[in-house]
Amino acid sequence: MQQFCEQLLNGLNLGSVYALIALGYTMVYGIAKMLNFAHGDIIMVGAYTLLIASTRSGLPWYVSVLLCAVVCCVLGVSIEKIAYKPLRNASPLTVLITAIGVSYFLQSSALLIFGSNKQKVDSIIKIKGFTFAGINVSGESIVTLGVTVIIMIVLTLFIKKTKMGKAMLAVSEDKGAAQLMGVNVNATISATFAIGSALAAVAGILYMSSYGFVGPYTGALPGIKAFVAAVLGGIGSIPGAMLGGILLGIIESMAKTYISTDLADAIVFGILIVVLLFRPTGLLGKKRVEKV
Amino acid sequence: MENFKNLLRTKKKTVISVIIGIAAFIICNILIKSGVLGRQGAGLLVPICINIMLAVSLNLIVGFLGELSLGHAGFMSVGAYAGCLFTIHANLPTVIEFPLALIIGGLTAAIFGVIIGLPALRLNGDYLAIVTLAFGEIIRSIINSLDFTGGAGGLKGINKFSNFNVAYIAAIITIVVIVNLVNSRHGRAITAIRDNIISAEAMGINVVFYKLISFVMAAFFAGAAGVLYGHHLAILKPGTFDFNKSIEILVIVVLGGMGSIPGSIIAAIIITLLPELLRDLSDYRMLIYSIALIVMMLSNSSPKFADFREKIASKFRRKTRKEAA
Repeated sequence: MQQFCEQLLNGLNLGSVYALIALGYTMVYGIAKMLNFAHGDIIMVGAYTLLIASTRSGLPWYVSVLLCAVVCCVLGVSIEKIAYKPLRNASPLTVLITAIGVSYFLQSSALLIFGSNKQKVDSIIKIKGFTFAGINVSGESIVTLGVTVIIMIVLTLFIKKTKMGKAMLAVSEDKGAAQLMGVNVNATISATFAIGSALAAVAGILYMSSYGFVGPYTGALPGIKAFVAAVLGGIGSIPGAMLGGILLGIIESMAKTYISTDLADAIVFGILIVVLLFRPTGLLGKKRVEKV
Repeated sequence: MENFKNLLRTKKKTVISVIIGIAAFIICNILIKSGVLGRQGAGLLVPICINIMLAVSLNLIVGFLGELSLGHAGFMSVGAYAGCLFTIHANLPTVIEFPLALIIGGLTAAIFGVIIGLPALRLNGDYLAIVTLAFGEIIRSIINSLDFTGGAGGLKGINKFSNFNVAYIAAIITIVVIVNLVNSRHGRAITAIRDNIISAEAMGINVVFYKLISFVMAAFFAGAAGVLYGHHLAILKPGTFDFNKSIEILVIVVLGGMGSIPGSIIAAIIITLLPELLRDLSDYRMLIYSIALIVMMLSNSSPKFADFREKIASKFRRKTRKEAA
């Protein structure tokens, strides 16, 4: 029981990171209708920024976090402007391959700048954990869960209440109609990329505080997992990304503890396939009505 | 009369293709024998043939059926392991053993093609893409955890049966079968599903059957390519068949043009040679590759570049017209 609770906590921890990354995937997909495969590598950039700002330069944690978010935001928006904007009307596959090209570009740039060895990033979370009923709760878990819950609430409020949030909903519903209603589509898409990248930066910081090492390919696997989480929840749906991320994290850590470490990934992906067979648009995805 | 003319035209095309095929075979053989290519160059011919097989078979799914598949490396790995395990354990003469291994690898992959084709009947677009991605990853982690596949250490002790002649013949068979399939009644049904699935269904096309047959065919040839790959390197590691391998094949297909078989062949040759040509640049190789990828994609589909290209083309045309006058 004690082990189960600890694993559940671990799963929630990992799931929160997945959920934060998945939010970026899902928001970009909802609005620009593209799979941004470079999103995972933004996490890696965030982690390297943290390495330079906090571990090497010793800046205070709030400055480091702010710096990470700003660097990722600028990077995300400029990627969108340079690589994706000219392809707004191209076929989805062309955009997908471009996104993969951007992902390779970020990885190989990191390889050239920082080398292929993984480097240690010190955790910026200094809160002490506690033991409750025999269960160890680490400071990292408390902060990760707290930050994720706060971000999700703020994001939901932002989308429901603010003008920009409503514009995002409108663009994801119908780009053409939104433009006719006076929504600045380009600005909205840029804002989406900025928010998604900032979330990825936060996810990168939290991921580093739990795992501690960063290499050029650090972002790839969490990126793919988060993509799976976004699809599991129904891609394009924000509550879906949160649910999918948390579920995926819990399933993964349970499978690792109780079944097999090697097969954990296979189980995660297997569950995704089974879910999609019964609910082809994910858990919370909208059903697409086919018109003849 | 019109029919007869068309027949002549297609015959002419076929004859030209056959001549190109035979010429390429002879030229490559002469180059290998005379040592012009060197050991490194000759070693690249088999990977080129393998990539052609992979790209042409993936093109059937992506270009003709119109579904995005991110798990082609999964089919390749299943076929590779099945074929290589067969040649390791069966002690038949090479002439019988290797073709049998190719067929066994292909058939095993084809069975997995049915398994992955089934969800394809219910899903489409990005959801199907993620299922094929998931399938590839599942295969990889299962191979990783099994004992008889050698696990993460890899499968060793495979004979180096693959040479240029075998690989070339296999690639030609792949191309001929897929081209004939695409140009047949069945191929037209498959492209009809791509263009409009609802109309295709209304016209009485059996969508279930054609989606499945496309996945099975593509999987078969990817599996056979995997067998060649295993017998070329003499070692199989599950890590080779990851998501990036699938992407590499997809890049070839998209670069060559979806639904264009000659495009796939040319792109397969370029993409196989490119990293080798850039070898001297070592660390900068991937950076240049990624930039080339982005620039190619942007220039192929951005309207501004299309205008620019049109301008240059029209200038050239004017020039030639002037000269002609």
